[in-house]
Formats: sequence, structure tokens, C-alpha cells
Amino acid sequence: MTNYVHLTIDGREITVPSDYTVMKAADSIGISVPRLCFLEGIHEQSNCRVCIVKIDGQRGLKTSCSTKVAEGMVVHTDTKEVYEAVSFNLELLAGNHKFECWKCSRENSCEFLDLLRRFNVDNDFSNAKLFDQKEIKMNDTSEAMLLDSSKCVLCGRCVSACEKQSGLGILNFSNRGSNTYIGPAQFHNLEDAGCIYCGKCIQACPTGAIREKDEIKLLERALRDTSKTIVAQVAPSVRAALGEEFGYKIGTNVEGQMFAAMKALGIHEIIDTNFTADLTILEEGTEFINRVQNGGVLPMFTSCSPGWVNYLELYYPEYIPNLSTCKSPQQMAGALIKTYYAKKLNKDPKDIYSVSIMPCVAKKAEAKRPEMGRDGYQDVDLVLTTREFARLIRHRGIPFRDLEPIRPFGDLANYTGAGVIFGASGGVMEAALRTVTEILEGKSTPVEFSEVRGLKDIKEATYTVSGIDVNVAVVHGGAAIKEFFKLMKTTDKQYHFVEFMGCTGGCINGGGQPIVSAINQEKYDVRALRSKVLYNIDQNTEFRKSHENPAVKMIYDEFLGKPNSHKSHELLHTHYNKRSFYDDKI
Amino acid sequence: MRSKVNITEEKLSELKAAMEIHKKEPGPLMPTLHAAQKIFGCIPLPIQKIISNELDVSIARINGVVTFYGHFSVEPKGKNIVSVCLGTACYVKGSQGILDAFSHDLNVKVGDTTDDGMFTLEATRCIGACGLAPIFTVNEEVFANGSVQLVKKVVQKLKS
Repeated sequence: MTNYVHLTIDGREITVPSDYTVMKAADSIGISVPRLCFLEGIHEQSNCRVCIVKIDGQRGLKTSCSTKVAEGMVVHTDTKEVYEAVSFNLELLAGNHKFECWKCSRENSCEFLDLLRRFNVDNDFSNAKLFDQKEIKMNDTSEAMLLDSSKCVLCGRCVSACEKQSGLGILNFSNRGSNTYIGPAQFHNLEDAGCIYCGKCIQACPTGAIREKDEIKLLERALRDTSKTIVAQVAPSVRAALGEEFGYKIGTNVEGQMFAAMKALGIHEIIDTNFTADLTILEEGTEFINRVQNGGVLPMFTSCSPGWVNYLELYYPEYIPNLSTCKSPQQMAGALIKTYYAKKLNKDPKDIYSVSIMPCVAKKAEAKRPEMGRDGYQDVDLVLTTREFARLIRHRGIPFRDLEPIRPFGDLANYTGAGVIFGASGGVMEAALRTVTEILEGKSTPVEFSEVRGLKDIKEATYTVSGIDVNVAVVHGGAAIKEFFKLMKTTDKQYHFVEFMGCTGGCINGGGQPIVSAINQEKYDVRALRSKVLYNIDQNTEFRKSHENPAVKMIYDEFLGKPNSHKSHELLHTHYNKRSFYDDKI
Repeated sequence: MRSKVNITEEKLSELKAAMEIHKKEPGPLMPTLHAAQKIFGCIPLPIQKIISNELDVSIARINGVVTFYGHFSVEPKGKNIVSVCLGTACYVKGSQGILDAFSHDLNVKVGDTTDDGMFTLEATRCIGACGLAPIFTVNEEVFANGSVQLVKKVVQKLKS
């Protein structure tokens, strides 16, 4: 039974459950207490002292995010004392912040800047140069993301996000007092610190202290290089979130405008990663059937998520034989762009600049892997996150909201409903099941496998396919991956097929997706809303099974032969390596 | 050459034995770090990694603890440890000048160790001998009423 207490906040008498914090109680009546380090369920440690309030009868000011309500409590959130104290705390934080807002990745989503505006912070300390600024530490050798201490407010949200969502703990506070910084141990290079690049820390950061490696300029240059043909692919999940950057509600499908924006930027050829998602199903499904029928290594693990592939190579390399040899849809598309499509366009692959727009930061590093190319070129030359793509659209002054939706017409832009749900946790599994069951049973099978949908960390189901009980599981997010391996090592259950994704919720919640502020993360179920976009598209597509995609059939007829053919293996499959980290010798 | 950390099989098994004992107790990290500091004279990343694997605590967190407490160090300390007090009394009596003099004469930055591994120079807070300010210590020995001249004398003696 819930107990309730009565209290007064800013003169208003309210009744709330007794386990509420003062902040939550204030929120419930629309009083927005300022906050910086608070991230519900993830980081609730009261480091920033920005949410302080006055409570009658209590000494000093109290942090509202961690003070529980009590019967008869009288709270003031906006007295002169509170206002001055919060302003001063913000002044101190600003004194050590390097303001480069015009080129900051958080140009329109900086929670720190919002607070500085709200409190009209003068930035006196910094302007008067009253004290030395802290040493700036840059950790920027990784291909995917970087840490920039000059933007860090030491709130610790990233530290908690990494521990709780990825289950890893790559980041932590080091040193103390004014020398404190956040990073891997000894600010060790991120690429050698065991990081899988899931980007949960980026999504948790209130400023631009942790961000993707900004590569907008590379595309700007390529677009102005007349010798290059720009071919761009875009991932399923981008259309489910890009709108948020332009003021649309979370969960708005902006597919048509997204393609129109690509065209407006001057991209020559547009293809859809959904198409190679369908292709992945044919390759991965065939691989799975072969493993089952020929006694191959089981369970087979999916290989679409580069965050997950990083995780396996770093932490469970003994399971590499379980990983499907299929490249991710991004890399399959890249390989086809530089071979099949180049030939179609009558271009030398070296004159094609292959760009991919992804909800993911790990994709940046994946594209740079040496095995992801041939004859001296990479299959994907540049990866931009959804956020970078949005910034580019804004910077160019393209009126996104007014764009007339279009659909690209190239062969490699055709997709089925199975391809588009790749972006949600459970989507790859469901897409595979739609095709694999039909091939094995030799007759039409159901379209929807709702057991593998949803946001539960580990989802399990058993399907009887032509007399065999197939045990499948769907796992998403580093913390759940860790749990699942514990489970798998202790249970007698023989799993056959497991879908893994590095991010909780799958790609729709990828590290490269638009940032959702701490307050909106509390208010909305972001993962569910974005997933719904993909499932809605799925329901409304003509074909919902990958093997029914006419363009997929065509590319096998014209170019690849059949799934897992020699040509497919050469272009669409890859291998993995055991990796270690913190490998410095003394 | 800066002195290297000497990680021998013998010392590693000593650390492992210590961890086996501490693992059975609640909060095994601190006692393990004390043991590591004692065995190796410092706790560099490779040692942190071993502890991380054994105790299932992330390396970043371990390094956070190591760099938080002055007693632990990541890099090996010099043969001689020179600590200059920058507590209020000593500071008012001019200990910053003493620290600068050591830094100059030993050619080492504060907090660092000389390339030959002979000296580590540290600034410390009050050590409770304010009546003798400004003071500094070399290893266990306390030098009272410090001055730049005294620094020169001590450095000469230590180097010879």
C-alpha cells in the first residue's frame, strides 16, 4: 500500500507518495527545479548542487533530487537565497567550461547552456580570468568518439550510464579536487580501454564533453569534389528519430523528408540500408539453416550490431565461432556500392564516395576495419550519425519541416517490412524467423513473432519449425549481454539462435541518435515510441518478408548467384578477431 | 633512465595470495590496493588490470581509487622522496620558495620523479610541526627552519 504525505511547495499544498523526492513532488505540480547531474534511474548522486531548495527548519539548502518528502514539509524552490546559490554554482561551472557553442555537437541540446540561459549567468569568473582554468585533456585517437575535458562539468552521468546500461564501467573519476577528470584509467586511449562504442555515455552527457568524432566537414568537402559520385545509405532507425532534431514529437516517421534532405544536400545516389538488411536475412538465414542441418556451431549469434561485435571480441572471444560471418547491413551495402553499383553507374570504385548515415557511433569504427574493403579502398568512406546528419541539414539552411517527402528510386532502395524492423530489438530475429520458417517448412508461415518484440532485457521463445524445437533469445544492451552469458554458461538449455544488440532497445536507441534531455527521458518511453515507428512501417509495406523483396531476388539473379555463394562470401561475409585492452607493457 | 616497475613472478604470486585472502572479506579493493602498493611500490595499469580481473571491478574505478588517495601511486616513486610542506604555517614562512628550489636543483617537476629514479618531489599538506616552519622531509628525516641554502646543502649531500 502506498503511503502519502502532505507538504507545501512554493505555497501550494500537495499530497504525494511518501517515497517521492522533493524534486519529483515539485515536478508533479509543474514546478521545474533546475537540474544538471540528475538522470532518473541512472544517476541520482547529487553532485552538481544545481537542484538545491530551501526547506523550512532545515539548515542550509538541500538537494531536491535526493531529499525525500516528509509530512508537513515546507519547501521553497525559488527564493532569492536559492536563486543566488544556483547562479553561483553555475558561475563556478562556467568558469572552467570552454565555450565553443558554434561548433559544439550539442548546439541545440545542451542542458548546461539551457541552465546558463535560465539563470542569466554572467560568466564573470571566466571573463575576469580570476583563476587558472583546468588543464584540457583530449582523448581523441579513437575512430568513433572522443572525450573532451574542457566541456565536462563532472556530473558523472556518463560514469553511471556506462556502468548501468553497458555493464562495463569504462569511465570513472580520476584524481581529486580541482584535478579531477572523467575518463578511462589514466585517460588511456578509448580504443584500448575496452569500450564497445555503444554511446550510452554520449546520450547521458548534458554537454558536449563526450561526443562522436565530428566528420561533417569530410562530407562537405566530398560534396564539393567534382570527381566524386556520392552514394549514401541510411539505416532503418534514422527515419524514426531524425525528426526530433527538427521539433517533431518523439516517435514521428520522417522517412520521406529524410530522403528529400539527402537530395537537397547534393547526394547523388540514395540507397537504403533496409535493402541490405533484407539481404542480411537471406545470408544469415541460410547460414543458420546450414549450421542446423550440418552440425555447425550453435547457438548462432547475429552480427549486425558493431557495438555487440566489439563486446564479443573484447569480452567473450571464445564465442567468436558462434558469431554469424555475415557483415552488418552497412558493410554489405558498402561492398555492393563499390562493386555491383559502381559497375551499374559505370564508375571506377575509387571515384565513388560511399557515405552512411547511422544511429550509431560504433559504425564509424566498423567502417575503418581493414577487412572492410578491397584493392586499397574502404567500402564505406564516411559514417555520419543521425545527429551529425541533422546538424549538416540545419547548417545548410535546408528547411527540413517544409520538405516535400520523396522516395528514392534506385534498386538498392527497395525494402520489405522485415528490413525496416532491424532497428528495433527483436527485429533481426523476427525478420530471420519470417524467412527461415518459410524456407524450412516449404510453405507460407506467419508474419509476426510478437514474443521477440518489446523492451524486456532478455526475451526468449521456442518455435517448432519442421519438427525441430528452435530456441531463440533476444538480448540488448551491454548489461543484459553480461547477464545472458552468465545464464548461458549455467543453463542446460540449448539455444539455437540469439540476437544481440549493443544498445538497449536496439538501433532506435543507438549512441548516434538525437539526444533526449534528462527531463524528457523521464517523461517519455523513447525506445518504445521510436520502435513503434518501425513496426508501423512494417505493417504498411507491400512485402513483409525479406526473401520476397524483388530487388533482393534481382541482385542474386544478376550478381551474387545464391545466398552463401562464393561471391556472397567474398563480399558479404567477414571474420572476427580476439582483442584485448589496456595492453601497455611496463 | 626512469626506474621501471619490477614485476616478477614472485611478486605476482604474492599479490594473488593477498587477493585470495581479501576476496573473502567484504570490500576487498582497499586492502588489495594496500598490498599491491607495498609489493610493487606503485600500482601501474598492468597491476590494476590483474586486480580488475580478479575482483571484477572496472579498471577505471580502480584507477579512480588509486589516484584519489595520496598513499597510492601509479608510477614508481624515486629512491628518495622529498616532501615540502605547503600547509598554512609553512607556506606563510615561504615554503613555496623551498619547493621551487628543490624543483630547480633536482631538475624535476613537483609530483614527478627524476629520470634516474633517484628523487621524487612532492608537495604535502601540514604534517603537524608548524613550530618548526618551514619544514620539509627527505624520506623519514625532517628538516626544520628550511631555507634555500639548506635545500642546496641537502641536495648536495643526497647527490654525493
